[in-house]
Amino acid sequence: MSAPAARRQRPILRMIVGRLGIGVFTLFVISVLIFLAVSLLPGDIAQQVLGQSATPETVAAFRRELGLDQPLIWRYLDWVGGVLSGDFGRSLANGRPVAELLAARLGNTLFLAAYAAVIAVPVAVGLGLLSALWRGSWFDRIANVATLSAISFPEFFIAYILMFWLSVRMGWLPSIADPGASPRLGEMLSRAFLPAITLVLVVTAHMMRMTRAAVVNVLGAPYVTMARLKGVSRWRVVTRHALPNALAPIVNVVALNIAWLITGVVIVEVVFVYPGLGQLMVDSVTNRDIPVVQACALIFAAVYILLNLLADVLAIATNPRLLHPR
Amino acid sequence: MSINLTRQGLTRRGVLAGAAGMAAAGLILPCGAYAQTAKRGGRLRIGHLGGATSDTLDPATYAAGPVVTAMLAVCNNLVEIDAKGRAVPELAEFEPDAEARVWTFRLKDGVTFSDGRKLTARDVIASFNHHRGDQTKSGAKGSLEQVKDIRADGDNVVIFELVSGNADFAYMTSDYHFVIMPANEDGTLDWQSGLGTGGYVLENFEPGVRITLKRRDDYWKPDRAWFDEAVLLTINDATARQNALMTGEVDVINSPDLATLHLLQRRPGLQLVEVTGTAHYTMPMFCDQGPFTDPNVRLALKYAIDRQEVLDKVLRGHGQIANDSPIAPANRFYAADLAQNSYDPDKARHYLKQAGMEGLKVEISASDAASVGALDMVQLFQQSAKAAGIDLTVKREPDDGYWSNVWLKKPFCVSYWNGRPTEDDMFSLVYAKGAEWNESHWDNQRFNELLLKARAELDESLRAEMYREMQGLVSQDGGTIIPIFVNYIDVANDKVAHGEVASNRFLDGWKIVERWWQA
Repeated sequence: MSAPAARRQRPILRMIVGRLGIGVFTLFVISVLIFLAVSLLPGDIAQQVLGQSATPETVAAFRRELGLDQPLIWRYLDWVGGVLSGDFGRSLANGRPVAELLAARLGNTLFLAAYAAVIAVPVAVGLGLLSALWRGSWFDRIANVATLSAISFPEFFIAYILMFWLSVRMGWLPSIADPGASPRLGEMLSRAFLPAITLVLVVTAHMMRMTRAAVVNVLGAPYVTMARLKGVSRWRVVTRHALPNALAPIVNVVALNIAWLITGVVIVEVVFVYPGLGQLMVDSVTNRDIPVVQACALIFAAVYILLNLLADVLAIATNPRLLHPR
Repeated sequence: MSINLTRQGLTRRGVLAGAAGMAAAGLILPCGAYAQTAKRGGRLRIGHLGGATSDTLDPATYAAGPVVTAMLAVCNNLVEIDAKGRAVPELAEFEPDAEARVWTFRLKDGVTFSDGRKLTARDVIASFNHHRGDQTKSGAKGSLEQVKDIRADGDNVVIFELVSGNADFAYMTSDYHFVIMPANEDGTLDWQSGLGTGGYVLENFEPGVRITLKRRDDYWKPDRAWFDEAVLLTINDATARQNALMTGEVDVINSPDLATLHLLQRRPGLQLVEVTGTAHYTMPMFCDQGPFTDPNVRLALKYAIDRQEVLDKVLRGHGQIANDSPIAPANRFYAADLAQNSYDPDKARHYLKQAGMEGLKVEISASDAASVGALDMVQLFQQSAKAAGIDLTVKREPDDGYWSNVWLKKPFCVSYWNGRPTEDDMFSLVYAKGAEWNESHWDNQRFNELLLKARAELDESLRAEMYREMQGLVSQDGGTIIPIFVNYIDVANDKVAHGEVASNRFLDGWKIVERWWQA
């Protein structure tokens, strides 16, 4: 490796390590905040689970069994101690290990997010590039109107429309996305298709608009005019000269949207009966099931931190000047 | 099959009119019309409301939802409620002594758990003790406070000794909390293994997602458990549940959306299974607080609500008008001949005047967490009360934590009860003096006397007379407005069939898995 290359990579490494350190600290702060927030909610798990049939004695017995009669700070330290030794504890609601509870759900969530991202990212970036290339044309306008309309509807509305046409009316696709206890890949792909398409419709506009804006911005730069004057074709100008220089903001938006696909799809999960993390977290908050809420929150926070870090690293890789902010 | 099987039952008033001696009551669907002979095989798929990731197999925490429906197929009770609303022996034949204070349950022969172990008295005792004592967190603890002692007499006989006589004790053992599970060596209950004596074994349990059941070949009931397999999917979204039924993903759903039910009924190949059970909406007022201490004020409020409007608009007619008494036509000792409290602004004004409280201002706390459409109901109440000169303010409470922060805490709020199969259970739980859940703080001396007397009375006609008087007292003097009974509605496709449907719960008394069969 040549000397300049090594010099260039070391600051990136240093940045990654630094950011990971800050990330771990952020996770710690989040865990404290979530713990406090859940404790501030009215009622606790004993009252929630027993509901209408809660009496003072049964609630007290329930709390004793779960150790909820201990002071808040002890419960937190106990939990932190567990996490540091790799044990996320057990769900207060059903006594199952949190890790086991999360494993399957996390897999489902990641599968759905990846499924949607694999469709949405190429479509959005492609549409964005084409709109930039043909800006002002009919194609540009139609693409803009279509994607903006899709993002303007609430996702459950899109979900119901798709379900009504493709599933109830046409009978092409199943209306329930739950793949069953031991699914095959093909089954999973066909079952998760409707929710994935719903998510694609929701995230495409954001990424496409950013791609278009960033590329259009760069297309106005003098070096692009220079390239055109040299006789480079328009498509080549866009893909070789404009896109690499516009990549930083696009990568950031893509990262944010993928993070949303992992953390924010609870409504789509409910409508399509898809057993993902979002539903688990909502149920756990309702039940004040702190260990599960904590674990979900940590996963979601880690997803944001890692994806943002990845976006920055990619942005810097395409534009090393970003390493040296003025 | 292209015949439209969708059925609309008789109108509820039609049923009510002929309800005189209708103990079985409420069964709106004429079942003989498509009674078929049951046959083995097939798979039942249910789209179930009410599952959550926090569900557990522990019977102490059962409330409603797919876990209970599944466990009633995996386990049996000592006694079950049949389609006529009667208590019939399931795991045990029962016999009370002359005072109905000592009950002897004789276990049936040849009943085994799905791992081959024989059912013994020890298992029964563990299953009940799980809900007793200081350490229990069971929601059914209150029902067993009347039990002084449970003891075995040999391997096959269990004796329950009660504090005082209770002619309905057999009914109580049919409660879904009291499913019989195996005992551990130390006498505690082994609920973790999910073993039972029922017709199905638990194959897969993912809380809040799905439960899979498989038939066992050596089930002791010859005429039950027809499906080879059953899958209970949690589908909490009403639209998703209906879509799942329409696309054939599931065979049966419970609690369809009432607003679109008439559209769903138009679809060929679907059958509506609708029964009026004991479930009811209530609005309790603290009889020892503020204006509600005066019985005239309570009566005025009872006359200020338009029950028919609530029934038509909130339930779209899928229920029955109630008379401020929790005893439903489905109960054995329902008094159909009592005068009905109905909407009458003039009467309401009259009673307010008697109380010297004209222009009464009260606040009611409400949330849809109490029951579907509870907020709509109180808004209708607000309007109808205005005509009677009552200024009713609606305080909207958060759904989250409603049962722990509002119910039993606020002097006037909305509540909901599934009801109980017996008069005694219902009255003791919510209307007796000092009961934990006496949501209206009502204390009526005559009522409390009758409650104890009727409980120990084995003569049916004497009991009927006492319960009649008690229903009158609750209705006229009680602190609870009970405007409507709500129907249990399930919708099924034509791939499944059933006999007469029980009216004590959704889904054939929650026993759908073992009672229904493939069409």
